[in-house]
Amino acid sequence: MSTPDELYYTNDHEWVRIESDSATVGITDFAQDQLGGLVFVNLPAPGEGFVAGEVFGEVESVKSVSELLAPLAGEVTEVNAELEGAPETINNDPYGAGWIIKIKLSDPAQVGDLLDADAYASVIA
Amino acid sequence: MSTDEQQLTADLKRTPLYEEHVALGAKMAPFAGYEMPIEYAGLIAEHQATRSTVGIFDVSHMGEFRLTGDGAKDFLQHMLTNNLDRIDEVGAAQYTLMLDDEGHIIDDLIVYNTGGEYLIVANAANRDTDFAWLGDHVPATVALSDESERTALVAVQGPKALQVISELAGPEWTAPERFCINEALLQETLPALIARTGYTGEDGVEVFVRSADAPALWRLLLSFPEVSPVGLGARDTSRLEVCYSLYGSDMDRSRTPIEAGLGWVCPKTKSGYIGADVVAAQRENPPAEVLRHLRFERAIPRHGYEVFLEGAPAPAGVIASGSHSPTLGVGIATAYLPREGSKPGAPLEVDIRGRRVGGEVVKPPFYVKD
Repeated sequence: MSTPDELYYTNDHEWVRIESDSATVGITDFAQDQLGGLVFVNLPAPGEGFVAGEVFGEVESVKSVSELLAPLAGEVTEVNAELEGAPETINNDPYGAGWIIKIKLSDPAQVGDLLDADAYASVIA
Repeated sequence: MSTDEQQLTADLKRTPLYEEHVALGAKMAPFAGYEMPIEYAGLIAEHQATRSTVGIFDVSHMGEFRLTGDGAKDFLQHMLTNNLDRIDEVGAAQYTLMLDDEGHIIDDLIVYNTGGEYLIVANAANRDTDFAWLGDHVPATVALSDESERTALVAVQGPKALQVISELAGPEWTAPERFCINEALLQETLPALIARTGYTGEDGVEVFVRSADAPALWRLLLSFPEVSPVGLGARDTSRLEVCYSLYGSDMDRSRTPIEAGLGWVCPKTKSGYIGADVVAAQRENPPAEVLRHLRFERAIPRHGYEVFLEGAPAPAGVIASGSHSPTLGVGIATAYLPREGSKPGAPLEVDIRGRRVGGEVVKPPFYVKD
């Protein structure tokens, strides 16, 4: 199961790419594999704000619904609208084209609460 | 991300193919008291394999009963809704219902006339109830036996299913007509009963073998490159797309055939079976609620979600069966709804975890094979 070194992770199987005060968020390779083929996504609207740990959306396989939890506090600046027509992109490329939202961080210091790749790899080991 | 995992419990039964499923890396989960494969390579791929080539399904959890002896037909005519006169020819089969004295559905079954005896296939979860109900009524001249433990059942379904089974059965064998059954010797070693029945909407067969022969049959089938193992997940999406009813979701002990949309297996010309008076009365005075088929373009309706007639503040019913349709790419479902106001074409809404999403009542089936 791939866990790229340059990303941060949560115990809830989201990944985070930090670029200054912006974060791109998706679900991990492990998560997409556990969920199986995704067939539906519910995404927030740009401008919506979330606190860390708050539900910001859902991904659905045929058999299950899983909530997406905001890894960090902030405001949604962009959502990956391509996913609405092609949710399987998350399965095919979880760390690339399968990104889900971008957030403008309200408290960049929260990044210190995230897991690095080694720590996440031991969570899913 | 958070998700609930069902816990496996220690007292689950296993089919003779359990080891095969584990070796194939199947995700296993409890179903009807059995530890069953839910998916192997992935539900969507398995669904597509069934629709485009061949899927094989372990349905050995299903119950099998055998009835022989003088009066077996008369006994079943009394116990079951459909008319056994229609399967007097050896090898014929029919879908039927067993009702209680109130006309409620005990189980939905397939009865095969296997020549001098009847073979009945029952839902796994109802096996004990069915057997007890039949046993309470059976006359002394009829022998009733539960063959479930020594019988394995593998469904082979899809456009190329008949090719595969014909190759295994050899040139002497001729495929049975639709909804018929015959005998075969597969690979010249495995005695089997082969029924041209199924639960996917595809052409195909269901193969009965001795439990001890099941792993050999399973491996023979998988030796064909066009054959994929398919779990209960894609079995459910396949049957829901073509609107085959699932006991426990689309009908249960609180529903009658007329409510469940199964009046077609209760011929008007037949009377005298248990529950026939209730069926006849509901034909005269239709029930308040009936099973409807619902389609949602932008949501996945799931079991238990509340359904509202358009604009109504109070729910009119709940989702019985609900899923994403892999073939159609939309949400499909069934629900018991007030008969008036929910005719095909009627708009309605489903509560998707606090958000109402619109859909409509449609005529079954959702999907018809070309």
